[in-house]
Amino acid sequence: MSRPNTRTLSLKALSLKAALLGALLGTAALLPGAARADEQYFPLQSYRVGPYAAGGTGFFGGFIDYLTLVNNRDGGVNGVKLTWDECETQYEVERGVECYKRQKNRPGVAAWNPLSVGIAYAMIDDVGRDKVPLITVNHGRTDSTDGRVFKYVFPLLLNPYSESSGIVNYIGTREGGLEKLKGKKIVVLYHGSPYGKETIPIYQLLAEKYGFSVEQVEVPHPGNEQQSQWLSIRRTKPDYVVLRGWGVMNPVALKTAQKVGFPADRIIGNVWSNSEEDVIPAGDAAKGYTAITTQASGADYPVLQEIAKTVYGAGKGNLDDKKRIGSVYHNLGIVNGILNVEAVRIAQDKFGKRTLTGDEVRWGFEHLRLDPARVEALGAKGLFHSINVSVANHEGEGRVTFQQWDGAKWKVVSDWIAPDWALLRPIIEKSSLTYAAEHGLQVRDPAAEDASN
Amino acid sequence: MEWQFFTEVLVGGLLSGVMYSLVAIGFVLIYKTSGVLNFAQGALLLFAALTFVSLTERGLPIWAAILLTLAAMTAIGALIERTVLRPLVNQPPITLFMATLGVSYVIEGAAQLLWGTQVHGLDLGIDDLPLEIGGVLISSFDLFAAAVAGAMVAALTLFFRYTRIGLGFRAVADDQLAALAVGLSLDRIWTAVWTAAGVVALVAGLLWGARLGVQFSLSLVVLKALPVLVLGGFDSISGAIVGGLIVGAVEKLAEVYVGPFVGGGIEGWIAYVAALGFLLIRPSGLFGAKPVERV
Repeated sequence: MSRPNTRTLSLKALSLKAALLGALLGTAALLPGAARADEQYFPLQSYRVGPYAAGGTGFFGGFIDYLTLVNNRDGGVNGVKLTWDECETQYEVERGVECYKRQKNRPGVAAWNPLSVGIAYAMIDDVGRDKVPLITVNHGRTDSTDGRVFKYVFPLLLNPYSESSGIVNYIGTREGGLEKLKGKKIVVLYHGSPYGKETIPIYQLLAEKYGFSVEQVEVPHPGNEQQSQWLSIRRTKPDYVVLRGWGVMNPVALKTAQKVGFPADRIIGNVWSNSEEDVIPAGDAAKGYTAITTQASGADYPVLQEIAKTVYGAGKGNLDDKKRIGSVYHNLGIVNGILNVEAVRIAQDKFGKRTLTGDEVRWGFEHLRLDPARVEALGAKGLFHSINVSVANHEGEGRVTFQQWDGAKWKVVSDWIAPDWALLRPIIEKSSLTYAAEHGLQVRDPAAEDASN
Repeated sequence: MEWQFFTEVLVGGLLSGVMYSLVAIGFVLIYKTSGVLNFAQGALLLFAALTFVSLTERGLPIWAAILLTLAAMTAIGALIERTVLRPLVNQPPITLFMATLGVSYVIEGAAQLLWGTQVHGLDLGIDDLPLEIGGVLISSFDLFAAAVAGAMVAALTLFFRYTRIGLGFRAVADDQLAALAVGLSLDRIWTAVWTAAGVVALVAGLLWGARLGVQFSLSLVVLKALPVLVLGGFDSISGAIVGGLIVGAVEKLAEVYVGPFVGGGIEGWIAYVAALGFLLIRPSGLFGAKPVERV
């Protein structure tokens, strides 16, 4: 089921119902979307029903709200109107791929943003063939950071390895310096899935570097029972527990920690354990819990206020519940919108103010450099720090910050922290070069590409 | 102290097992009287919890929310019986099972359509702080849940033994043709039993909702009930309780004492291993009725 962005508010509500009904009936049909000149199209493989709908509605809501703001305020990007439609995936890989096959036929595709590790993995070969960038903000496969090999894949702001390093750096600052980590004990409680297991070697590496001991404990999917894991953790008596969870695993971890008497302020959540949906079900057990993020929550930033005033004020907001404006997933969607729009703008500066091809937008992403001054000019100072993408580095040196849940809202409790990229880069390159060899890919030469540009 | 730790793991496992039993009882009620393995029990549980919490968030007092949710569960139970199962009467069990599988998807979709996709907290007013008993930490919430499960089993037992409709349930469970022959209305009894399963879903939904939060994944707790049913028998409420206790204890002890040797994360499937092993020895479960056929 897909929806054109030309709907009115009343149509929006109807569309949501239609999407839900469509999912119920197992049907999906793309509405005709004849692209006009000077339109740049964002196909959205969204998930508004199913187990992960809470995150999907927030993220895609924020993304659409930002695109709406740019259209309404600026008339698009340099006069090129932004368009989109949604195809419901329910977070299922086969549906995501089906959406890809269908939506890619519409002209003027700018970039893909599935917000799903599984769907992103399934699309990697296809986007290379079709020459359209695949954006996996804050997630995706870590070695796709190496743009020399993964030309069309962009794990913007944060990959899983950087996330692990950022968390350890934060724990170091809480202890009074990274050298104070020596002799400490950290447990990583991870989701029993490829996503959860991906950082096992990195925590081991960081433990060896900084001299702390690490124990990594698996929670089987979906994670609705964790009594034995937390009893074992209590016996281990760690200084910190890193929660690398997903979905229901997160509130259950916090509740079970309380049940065995482990303090919440010693639990540090990863980027998929950092939303309101992760803490609200845990009630008081979540008070004091801290989690990493690339984008602060809250609606006080100028861009958020503009969206609230001009988009929601005009009845064109995407969220059904206005209280969710400024929530973690909504703000991630807005930041993702900023990154996509700015990549288009940068590409337009080179290729012309017109509808761009996917490959031209890819070039825009590879030159996406937003320093703090530009971020401030975009009304996002404090919302996120900066990004500096290059041919070799598709992550873009995103900074992270940490937020603590006070029982009602997230509160930023750290500065912007840089992960230890120098430590991680050789591991990333080793993996990406292996991938290139296995797939017969030619490794790009960033210096040569920069010279030709 | 190692024995204290062992006791904590064991008691924690037993109490978790009671939570599995709560879900399993819903299955047993339906299976006992109609021979249908109702895969929609998890979806019913989700629907009940989501309805209750959505009503309370809209300002309804708890008693009113419970009554309205009960009414909704009764209506859904009657609707499923009337529109799905009655037309399929005398069809093979696999057909009925597949029908309930379809019903579960419809209920899950309808729940989100009606009440939205947001995750909700559910506070039943019971602290989940650990109680120390003899040096062993025990969850006060799990103790409360165990008491609720015990009360529910007692109520169901009394209902089956001493009420007219309960005796009707037992008669239908024993022999549907004989029950028909003595004038019992199968339709009425099946509607009543689906309603009872809805009530059990509400109780289980509230307790599991308080534990996990009220969200879509509540419907996945059925996966915890399946090995319980295999162990305890599909048609025995006592079996559901004992099966739950065994599954809970096996899961937790295995995770803690065997898990570290095999990389951890085994509790998701170890209960199924135990259940499969048990099937080989006793196919009808610990308390399940042994099928007797005249040849």
